[in-house]
Amino acid sequence: MDLLSNRSSASGLPVSLTINGAHHDVSVDPWVTLLDLLRGPLSMTGTKKGCDHGQCGACTVLIDGERINSCLKLAVSLDGAEITTIEGLGTPDNMHPLQKAFVEHDAYQCGYCTPGQICSAAGLLKEGHAHSREEIRELMSGNLCRCGAYTNIADAIEDVMQAENVGAHREAAE
Amino acid sequence: MDTSSRVIGFPVSRIDGPLKVTGTAPYAAEHEAPDGLLHGFVTVATIASGRIAEIDLTEAETFPGVVKIYTHQNRPRTAWWDKAWKDEVALPGHPLRPLENDRILFDGQPVALVIGTSFEAARDAASLIRMTYHEDEPHTDLRFEQDQSYVPKEKRSGISPPPKPRGDADRAFSQSPYQISADYFQEGEHHNPMELFASTVIYGEDGSLTIHDKTQGSQNVQSYIASVFELKPDKVRVLNKFVGGAFGSGLRPKHQVFLSVMAALDLKRSVKLELSRREMFYLTWRPATVQTVSMAADDEGHLTAIMHHAVQATSLYEDYQEVVVNWSGLAYRCDNVKLTYELTELNVSTPGDMRAPGAATGVFALESVIDELSYEVGIDPLDMRIRNFVHIDQNMDKQLTSKALHACYREGAERFGWASRSPAPRSMRDGRDLVGWGMATGVWEASLMQSTAKVKLERNGHVTVSAAASDIGTGTYTILAQVGADSFGIGAEQVTVAIGDSSLPKSPVEGGSWTAASSGSAVQVAATTVRQTLLKHARDLPNSPLKDASVEQTAIRDGRLVLAVNDQAGVAIADIMDAAGVDFIEELGEVGPDQAQMKTFISYTHSAAFVEVKVDEELGVIRVTRVVSAIAAGRILNPKTARSQILGGVVMGIGMALHEEGMFDHRTGRIMNHNLAEYHVPAHADIHDIEVIFVEEHDDKASPLGVKGLGEIGIVGVAAAVANAIYHATGTRFRHLPITIDKLYYAQEAAE
Repeated sequence: MDLLSNRSSASGLPVSLTINGAHHDVSVDPWVTLLDLLRGPLSMTGTKKGCDHGQCGACTVLIDGERINSCLKLAVSLDGAEITTIEGLGTPDNMHPLQKAFVEHDAYQCGYCTPGQICSAAGLLKEGHAHSREEIRELMSGNLCRCGAYTNIADAIEDVMQAENVGAHREAAE
Repeated sequence: MDTSSRVIGFPVSRIDGPLKVTGTAPYAAEHEAPDGLLHGFVTVATIASGRIAEIDLTEAETFPGVVKIYTHQNRPRTAWWDKAWKDEVALPGHPLRPLENDRILFDGQPVALVIGTSFEAARDAASLIRMTYHEDEPHTDLRFEQDQSYVPKEKRSGISPPPKPRGDADRAFSQSPYQISADYFQEGEHHNPMELFASTVIYGEDGSLTIHDKTQGSQNVQSYIASVFELKPDKVRVLNKFVGGAFGSGLRPKHQVFLSVMAALDLKRSVKLELSRREMFYLTWRPATVQTVSMAADDEGHLTAIMHHAVQATSLYEDYQEVVVNWSGLAYRCDNVKLTYELTELNVSTPGDMRAPGAATGVFALESVIDELSYEVGIDPLDMRIRNFVHIDQNMDKQLTSKALHACYREGAERFGWASRSPAPRSMRDGRDLVGWGMATGVWEASLMQSTAKVKLERNGHVTVSAAASDIGTGTYTILAQVGADSFGIGAEQVTVAIGDSSLPKSPVEGGSWTAASSGSAVQVAATTVRQTLLKHARDLPNSPLKDASVEQTAIRDGRLVLAVNDQAGVAIADIMDAAGVDFIEELGEVGPDQAQMKTFISYTHSAAFVEVKVDEELGVIRVTRVVSAIAAGRILNPKTARSQILGGVVMGIGMALHEEGMFDHRTGRIMNHNLAEYHVPAHADIHDIEVIFVEEHDDKASPLGVKGLGEIGIVGVAAAVANAIYHATGTRFRHLPITIDKLYYAQEAAE
């Protein structure tokens, strides 16, 4: 699939990516970021562009399970990578626990930073470094929210973190 | 009318929430076109004042993927008269016409538009445009230029100029035992919504335009585009179904919509233009402001005189105006008041409304000075405010529709624990941190605007609410669903809400905190009319059990129109419509301000913000560890989304107090920190506990729904409460925002 053939110079390089479980072979110019590849040719606009400089976190996705600003990653450097975007976490009819918690706690207003916040929170939970509200705040500080939903975002993440801990304890006990 | 559904006043989760959290809500730049999209990129001026000397496009034009480059030299013709460029909320002056000529009036002014087959092609080609300038000396320093200030010749529509002086403020001031006179300065702030300003212009085969635009008013953009490009209005449709924040920055059409439409019409192709974060600093801003406030009190702390003078920055081409000083004449009882407001022209883009425009600025100074005066008189800062409580608007000599500010003071203070505050500055500590408790009053206008909405009830009981209103994160979708649902005995999630589309019933721009009151009330009126029509049809049925019922005596339950007191007596909606031979009933509702009532009454929202700061003097770090914001804003439609609005206002207020500062290099007139790493907005780690209280306030005059609006009141007073808390912690008054580490450090040095 040569997605960029009619969009740019014919200098595309082949890249193989797994995005939300689906395999994509794309030809992409070396200066195209993962963010622009997702939002443009791949039409996956759930990942947001807020600054294009790695300063706001709106474009956060999970690459091989780690949260990362997709605007700072050139797509050609990701050959073979496994990428999870917000679309891969859940759908409106089948939401991820974090997505449900964000709705319940009103952990957003305009919703533009939200996919990045949620992907970042998913990465945070997997890292296992945050054990308190204070640590959630510190470790989520790469994701700006101009609507100021921070306290609700911390509530939502704390909820899911506690539910996971309860689940883990139950599993350990069994 | 019986409201059995219990949806209004309940914490309903946002009905658009599942779309937002899954990344499936499309924002302005996230739309496709059947013929594919061309991409734009803007080149901006790198001087703040002067003229373009030469433009060399040689390299840029031959860059692969470039379709066309527009500059002032080849820009297509547009409407000639200024009038055609004036949008619904335009200002006195000459609206910016992008690429009109070679004159540069401010740093970052658009000077070229590159259209390419890909975003990357347009962006990279733009970097190859060689532009040279004849540079003039720029003027961007308000404090230096304020002696050039003037009273705006033409008043901005909808903005009250300062009232005439009352009493003799100068004399009363000089004769009072306690006096404070101080200067306040704040740097300009930038809205910086997370979504970049963007437009996707879809060019139809018949030359019609469908425009997905980042705006707070689809109809405002629609009429602007039709007018500027001299198009038939029915050929232009503007959509803003999802708006990634705006805070006032999207009230007026921005240059990306002009430029993308210009290119689409010229090339007869669909065009997308998404601005960069850097360009977001050149669109509009909360203007830098210099204020002088003088306030005096008698021995009991009663205010005897208030004088408030403000000078704000504006551009060379428009006179932006906001209400900065008037608050000082209406917040407290005082019989000797003098308020003045002036502008100074600078080499800047025209300022614009940013969350609580004018009030956030003016009330910062007012609430700082009254706090300072309370220490002079020797009474508690909260007590000082209570002693000067006023029940009327002395500026306008009007009664208030309601003012539950005493409840804000009482409930806020109680929740915060204000009673255990130690009065003296520097008297509270937590380990190595100095602790300070401060508070401030907030006030903002509650408005009802001329608005319409449609409500449609279908045979199967389905309800659709529609209006050209916008949801910029405010919760419009959800509250309109609630108001619609309330009349039909169903849940909010069962209502379809159609907004964000210029083709829907006429609505004002989303601003001024008026959408819930205005569009909400219009929906209620339309829904009531639908119920009346339905009942009329039901009465016409043979042996109708509702023959003698009035709308108030009926209810809708489980798809049936019934007597409120007896569910058994009723008829199915489907049967009523079948008998009437209709598939649906749709009615238009309209509301507007009550001119007769406005002669005697005026309406405001009020707040009391209580703030705790902890200051590490060695490191110069200030943390806002606790905020209680008590709000009196009439009826609360949805406590969940309402609370979020206030949280957002408080967070932006903390940003205003401690972080946000557009920095100019005044030698070049250029903005230095045009990115989110150097223009600081509050991040997760900056925000600790915030508690929101909505006090009981019944208001039957502010709007038909009893709603007063919440978008702005949350920020008003917060910066002052923070500054007052810092004074209580450190013993130093900071009158220059933001209060950053360096200012704390130099203040300490000066004290030593």
